[in-house]
Amino acid sequence: MATLAEEILGAPAGEYVDRRVDRAYAHDGTGVLAREAWLSIRTGAFPDPERRYLIFDHIVPANTSLTADLQKELRTFARQRGMHLSDVGGGVCHQVMAEGYALPGEVIVGADSHSCTLGAFGAFATGVGATDMAGIWATGETWFRVPETTGVFLDGALTGAAAAKDVALAYVAALGMDGATYRALEFVGEGASGLSMVDRLTLSNMAVETGAKAGMFYADAVTREYLAGFGHAVEAQTPAAGYPDEITLDLGNIEPLLALPPRVDTVCPVTEREGLTVDQVFLGTCTCGRYEDLEAFARIVRGKKVAVRTVVVPASRAVLARAAATGVLSTLIEAGCAVGTPGCGPCLGAHMGVIGEGEVCLSTANRNFRNRMGVGGEIYLASPLTAAATALAGEIRSPEECL
Amino acid sequence: MKGDGRALCLGRDIDTDLVIAGRYLRTKDRSVWAAHVFEDLDSTLAGRLAGAVIVAGPNFGCGSSREQAAVALKEAGVVAVAAPTFARIFFRNAVNIGLLVLECEIPCHEGEAIRFDLDEGWIEAGGTRRPLRPLSPRMREVLRSGGLVPYLSGGHG
Repeated sequence: MATLAEEILGAPAGEYVDRRVDRAYAHDGTGVLAREAWLSIRTGAFPDPERRYLIFDHIVPANTSLTADLQKELRTFARQRGMHLSDVGGGVCHQVMAEGYALPGEVIVGADSHSCTLGAFGAFATGVGATDMAGIWATGETWFRVPETTGVFLDGALTGAAAAKDVALAYVAALGMDGATYRALEFVGEGASGLSMVDRLTLSNMAVETGAKAGMFYADAVTREYLAGFGHAVEAQTPAAGYPDEITLDLGNIEPLLALPPRVDTVCPVTEREGLTVDQVFLGTCTCGRYEDLEAFARIVRGKKVAVRTVVVPASRAVLARAAATGVLSTLIEAGCAVGTPGCGPCLGAHMGVIGEGEVCLSTANRNFRNRMGVGGEIYLASPLTAAATALAGEIRSPEECL
Repeated sequence: MKGDGRALCLGRDIDTDLVIAGRYLRTKDRSVWAAHVFEDLDSTLAGRLAGAVIVAGPNFGCGSSREQAAVALKEAGVVAVAAPTFARIFFRNAVNIGLLVLECEIPCHEGEAIRFDLDEGWIEAGGTRRPLRPLSPRMREVLRSGGLVPYLSGGHG
């Protein structure tokens, strides 16, 4: 039986196909160049505008006159073309799309590398650059090489202080930063079925850190229930019979992990770096900025004070609103966290929350590349639980003793 | 599509943040990207890229989808980038903006003359000729057109 990627793209691995794109989105960063390229193509065609999304998330609100002018230009463009516009404060593109705009079996292309996040719904979702997006805007379709697939078998269930982010770091470490280049990952097995939709989004999000073009889960009862909350009735998908290439992870053996700067695949147990002083903790991003992540963090810091500056950026307006309604937001504020506008925050080092030379940040994001969050700084990646324990201690700390 | 230049050797896993840092992205002025390309890797590199064939290790261009990384290299005068493997979004971006990318295994000696022929599928350095992994017919056409914009404007797709 075909893999999910083969099923959706309609051809065996290795073949090239042209496919209509069900949904395409860009953000305030890539949208600028995509608009320029689209204007240069000069056909004037813009099919399916109601399924084209422009989502402001990279520098929100604008930090300079130049950024403001670029955003103004894009806002006007989106309105002229009849695109779906998520303006400043709406949230990170992948999270906004995950709130009812991504469905199983669809071909979804985002002008951002972490567009693989939406594979969590059983969609073929992948990232491209700006000119590719302009081509999709102009023609409604694009070409794909159908990827070979690596099966990532998840056994067992998470225990103790282990979180989905730790599983993501574990599989990135197991495959390496280019271990799945040009391939798709399919997360299968009982452990995968047992993960919540939010956990699946975290795992799919980091597929690109192995070089993969997609990171997919099969739609099942969990998917159906999540999407029913957005008014969508969807069918479950049937998993492939097997994979020529696979790895297995036992979720029961996963412990809180850290990715060490500057490589996402250099991973060790949090306990091996306990005591390392940090200057900032950052909770947020398309990896771990969802309500459940904020709630997990709040559970640990409730009634206490953080010992180090802590920046929290909810992944979307819906996340922020829910955190406000349940008291999670006031818990974070009372603990001394700085809460920012929903969006990417300091993850890409373009505005608020960047770190200084020689400073260390423990972040729940997906990348710790050199200088990414500020020149001369170092980024450690970990789960929201580890972030909370670390924020309280002012130094890297395993969350195990906080539960 | 033929070309030649002098080798400029880089390591493995060169990520797009290293090619062009996030702090320089918010502009349409391509000369800014060219001026700051590889700044965090080696600030002297930007001035040495004109006429260079970059020969890198595996996984060149991993990370972000930022097309400015490919544009910055082209704008700085890079003739082509050769590496055993490329991150797929970077590879596709390069083709889309008309930057030649050569998938090959070729040892790198700084400053050595390099020649290649994409149509015949070879790269030559220091008297050693190695095969290039072939591009798909579509990618070749896009590159021959000078990128996706001229390709689509020319009535393709």
